[in-house]
Amino acid sequence: MRTQMRLSGSGGQGVITAAIILAEAAVSEGKQAVQSQSYGPEARGGASKSEVIIDDGKIFHPHVKHPNCVLAMTQKAADKYFEDMDPNGVLVLDSDLVPSVPDVKNVVQIPITKLAVEKVGKALFANIVALGALVKLTKIVQLDTIKRSVAKRVPPSTVEKNMYALQLGYDAVA
Amino acid sequence: MSTARLMQGNEAVAEGALMAGVRFFGGYPITPSTEIAEGMAKMLPAVGGTFIQMEDEIASMGVVLGASLAGRKVLTASSGPGISLKQELIGYAAAAEIPVVIVNVQRVGPSTGQPTAPSQSDVMQARWGTHGDHPIIALSPWSVREAFELAVRSVNLSEQYRTPVILLMDEIVGHLREKVELPDEVEVYPRRQPKKSRAEGYEPYTPDEDLVPNIANFGEGYHIHVTGLIHDETGFPVGSPKVTEDAIRRLHQKIERAVDDIVAVEEIFMDDAEYAVVSFGGTARTVYEAIYEARERGIKVGMLRLITIWPFADKAIYELASRVKGILVVELNYGQVVNEVRRSACGRCPVELCAKYNMQIFEPEEIEDAIDRMIEKVERSGGFRAEGRSVNVEVISHD
Repeated sequence: MRTQMRLSGSGGQGVITAAIILAEAAVSEGKQAVQSQSYGPEARGGASKSEVIIDDGKIFHPHVKHPNCVLAMTQKAADKYFEDMDPNGVLVLDSDLVPSVPDVKNVVQIPITKLAVEKVGKALFANIVALGALVKLTKIVQLDTIKRSVAKRVPPSTVEKNMYALQLGYDAVA
Repeated sequence: MSTARLMQGNEAVAEGALMAGVRFFGGYPITPSTEIAEGMAKMLPAVGGTFIQMEDEIASMGVVLGASLAGRKVLTASSGPGISLKQELIGYAAAAEIPVVIVNVQRVGPSTGQPTAPSQSDVMQARWGTHGDHPIIALSPWSVREAFELAVRSVNLSEQYRTPVILLMDEIVGHLREKVELPDEVEVYPRRQPKKSRAEGYEPYTPDEDLVPNIANFGEGYHIHVTGLIHDETGFPVGSPKVTEDAIRRLHQKIERAVDDIVAVEEIFMDDAEYAVVSFGGTARTVYEAIYEARERGIKVGMLRLITIWPFADKAIYELASRVKGILVVELNYGQVVNEVRRSACGRCPVELCAKYNMQIFEPEEIEDAIDRMIEKVERSGGFRAEGRSVNVEVISHD
């Protein structure tokens, strides 16, 4: 089975890092995964998008078509990236940063950045909060697997906070 | 085999180069190649190697040539704008026969172009970017695993033939992360050594049987003179027509005689194919899906994937053109490889182009559509054209 995910926002929000962690988790569960990205020349603030395809078989073309799940961390990203979604796919929005909700069947609104700032202490953890929510929604990897992948990627001194951020996102989905 | 892990194409190049024995990297960062420099900076000190970031791309090319002459296996990496700056010294490496691998992770050009967008538009730069008659080797991977393998092969070829080798990556594969399992060791071609002592009359540029000279490394007891001027076996410049002719001929012949060893292609779904797509690098991944879908509809189409870009796969393309009704060349540029395919096909079948140059990679549907249109056009024109000239009705995909 093929799962296609698109994580989008602006440069600095960590959507590419979140996508890499997700792909790493899938690989560690023995699946095939391909992660690609596109971003502007700016280090911060430009449009940023990363796509992950997870499959049991080989993956050639690296871009997603009709994603099962789209994460949008800015209004611009939400407006741009929902259109080609699978009709049964789910659109995950940062509820504070995306006030205008696109017309999609399945929308999940989570105060991703707000949770990161108020509960974990920094907006920096927003991508990991989002990752927790994505894993709960898609069940693409086990919670334990994504925990291990996050712990491997982040600076050792921040593992505890990142685990908390991940759980926050996971629990934010009903 | 090591365990499976997620790895980026650029990281795989650094891993491959290191395993092939590269112990010196000189470079200057540029998107989308920077992760190669980052990987080398991380790994080289741990194995006693040297990483140096120079003041620009020209100096980066100079420093790796110096290190190579002193006996290190060397690598530099850049993208179009930086590769343009390196051209003078790439020619120097060809003339003075200095082993060096130059990675070009292609982005949209010309000039600074689109820094983060994929392209395959430096194919001809790889061949003719530096001036004068010279051979070159260029390889282009389509996967992260193959980026590793071709990094190893690039280093080995540069050592075996004492020539610059261009590892012609594209942003698609350079920045792609996918699952790989890398080998624990690889076959490594050692630095060629002199077969005579100074007392026995050693001359650094006397060719061996394979027409490649065994030039001693600096600092190992031999007197070596290195120059970009045409030189004789001693390495010193000579202004004679005969020496010039012999030198240029040997430079070409050392590669030409080994062309079957150097040129690699892969045939996919070609057993019963009536039509063929020729592609390479990251674009070939999308071609694969397009062909798969076309076959589901009963169309007998396959792919010849170029792994070696230079020297060009003349023989493979000629044979392909002799057994299919039409060829579609799919490349992420305005049309470069297509002209080489037309030349090699010698009019044996029509050759059409599917080009794209708008920052976006191909989508499988665009290529499937181009395959359909190529077949329709070939059938309408009655197949083989005696004059062998295919009017270039480009199958360009626009947004």
